[in-house]
Amino acid sequence: MDAVFLARLQFALTALFHFIFVPLTLGLSVLVAIMETRYVKTGDETYLRMTKFFGKLFLINFALGLVTGITLEFQFGMNWARYSKFMGDIFGPPLAIEATAAFFLESTFLGVWIFGWKKVSKSMHAISMWLVAFGTSVSALWILVANAWMQHPVGYVIRNGRAEFTNFIAAVTQPYAILKFLHTVTAGYVVGAFFVMGVSAYHLLRNRDVDLFKKAFKIGAGFGIFATIVVFLIGDFHAAEVAETQPTKFAAMESVWNTEKSAPMYLFMFPDEKNQKNTVEVIGIPKMLSMLAYHDPNATVKGLKDFPKGDRPPVTITFISFRSMVILGTLFILLSLFAFYLIRKDKLLDKKWFLKMMIWAIPLPYIAIELGWVVAEVGRQPWIVYGLMKTADATSTAVTIPQIIMSLVGFVVLYGALGIIDIYLLIKYAKKGPESAKAEAVKGG
Amino acid sequence: MLNTVWFAIWGLLWAVYFMLDGFDFGAGILHPFVAKNDIERRMVINTLGPVWDGNEVWLITAGGVTFAAFPTTYAYMFSYLYTPLFFILFALILRGVSFEFRGKIESAGWAKMWDFVIFFFSFIPALLFGVAFGNIFEGLPMDANGYHGTLIKLLNPYGLLTGVLFVLLFLEHGALWLAIKATGEVSERSKAFANKNWPVLLIVAVLFLIYTKFATKLYDNYFANPIWFIVPAIAVVSLLMIKVFAKSSYVKAFYASCLTILGVVFTGIVGLYPNLIPSSIDAAHSLTAFNSSSSPYTLKLMFIVVVIFVPIVIAYQIWAYKVFSSPVTEDELNDKEVETY
Repeated sequence: MDAVFLARLQFALTALFHFIFVPLTLGLSVLVAIMETRYVKTGDETYLRMTKFFGKLFLINFALGLVTGITLEFQFGMNWARYSKFMGDIFGPPLAIEATAAFFLESTFLGVWIFGWKKVSKSMHAISMWLVAFGTSVSALWILVANAWMQHPVGYVIRNGRAEFTNFIAAVTQPYAILKFLHTVTAGYVVGAFFVMGVSAYHLLRNRDVDLFKKAFKIGAGFGIFATIVVFLIGDFHAAEVAETQPTKFAAMESVWNTEKSAPMYLFMFPDEKNQKNTVEVIGIPKMLSMLAYHDPNATVKGLKDFPKGDRPPVTITFISFRSMVILGTLFILLSLFAFYLIRKDKLLDKKWFLKMMIWAIPLPYIAIELGWVVAEVGRQPWIVYGLMKTADATSTAVTIPQIIMSLVGFVVLYGALGIIDIYLLIKYAKKGPESAKAEAVKGG
Repeated sequence: MLNTVWFAIWGLLWAVYFMLDGFDFGAGILHPFVAKNDIERRMVINTLGPVWDGNEVWLITAGGVTFAAFPTTYAYMFSYLYTPLFFILFALILRGVSFEFRGKIESAGWAKMWDFVIFFFSFIPALLFGVAFGNIFEGLPMDANGYHGTLIKLLNPYGLLTGVLFVLLFLEHGALWLAIKATGEVSERSKAFANKNWPVLLIVAVLFLIYTKFATKLYDNYFANPIWFIVPAIAVVSLLMIKVFAKSSYVKAFYASCLTILGVVFTGIVGLYPNLIPSSIDAAHSLTAFNSSSSPYTLKLMFIVVVIFVPIVIAYQIWAYKVFSSPVTEDELNDKEVETY
């Protein structure tokens, strides 16, 4: 095991762990804000209890997202000093802007939201959650602008042995950044929608608080239809942008070995990296890949063999991750549409199997999101900054292997323990149901 | 000029961070001692609840700004101080989740465990931040071949003294915070502690100022431009004012304590200029506001960002502090309709 591998492993683990909690924060903040707004507008106490119930789950989840984010900011300097030195001029600003423009907003108004039930007006309280949701999305914007730059550098010059900004606006407005932002945020909305639907399904199956959870399920389903379709469409444009800007990543995502005009897409295939071919290729759809990549059936798709072996990313893992993500994304649309259909026909409570399925569907959007990050980051290899800096040249020279092993083991133990506690608490409080509902149940029973 | 402005902003962000998270650390360390039962402990935690998270963002901002304005310093500082930073990170993570986790399982053992976590992992970063800044004041052993320090060398007498100074400053700060934000016994015990801690803090602060003359080159800037002596003077006067105010108003004493922390940090920052991290073995390899900065383009860009956003942030944070200006009472903690930790 070399230092580069260990540093990568640590970054991958800490980033993927952080991103278990961030997407639910992105999605659920908006959903809780919608619930509370309904309460303020209608005065219906059901929505207040709904807000408090999902709000509590939001907070349990938020705590870990917040603290694990600090690790990432520190880690660029701790483990990737040569990267930080080379990229600081460009990578530092979005990070600093994220903190000043987003984190303060998020954390300050979350404090107001948690503790301010009797200290601010009803509307101000609901606005606080909207500000948290807004702050969360703004934070995503800046970190994804930074990540997009690692994928597709623009508006810079190489000077003084490093990349220096010449055009900040270009970096913020480049399609890669915008698409990545929209894709990631809507993916978070999918997580939130499925979370609300799944938790509601659990209680509906047990006939608890039926009115509240039917309403919650409906909010989740409506939001889910919007989010699943948008995330898919943006994903399609995003993939086309990748084909244009990162041909090696795109070729790995689709496991394309030979450059081909009017390239077909195979429904079933599997890469064989050693022999630079696919072992299986069944059910080809003619011209489909060219269509997806360039929105033109006659376009030429570049194959991996056209690139030096040292410039190619690991194909199998990128390919499998991408395929699985797309399959899951399709499934999410179908589930959301069916959920909405059942609500419209008022048949939701009759379809017990579907409610059960929606409980088990809660983890799926998480998996899809993590797979998406694997595609983005593994697919970029061997580059840390596409075309500019190799990952192997980016580590800290002052940090020794024993130091990284110590921190890596520390993170695995700490994150493992915190992850288990947090998920345990989430499940515990999700199953417990809304507070006053319990009192009513006692009264009634 | 821009580099100097950024140096000042860099110092200011750290100073504000210590001024704010300082009372979180102090109250966290104190809470097993000034709060004797569960409801009292919850009272301490709930004085911090609405604000600790926003306070910690100042650290993230200080880190982010170091990255954006002085990337070379960020890269070297964070990789050279890998192990201590890892411990600080660990502590901040555990302290952060402890507020949220503590009350979520109804068991005395569970709460006790997190009480210890809050105490211990408030103490560790308070101490280590002090040790880190003490070492920065002294300079790190770095030259053309990189870094020659070890973890043990960081725990040198001056580094440790600075660590102790930070802990005592934060204890005083946290005690004054609890004096005004808690009620009943907790507030009374905190007042008593603040008064007992003060002379110890004063002695250590004087020792620190003397030892600094021998261990660091911080005073060079002051003797070159004696006008700057006003900064340590503010720190010392504020420290004395804590005692004076404590007789009449703990709110005023708390503000004096805020100013003390700002003064202490800026005493170091002014002495360091233009170095962010001096080299203790080869002055040519000190990391300065000029040789480790971003391009003028990025510095200008970030300056605009800071000028726009930081006043907005300060405005709504002050508003939030005002919303939660009334002290936490036991009645409030027993009110089921109010969310508390």
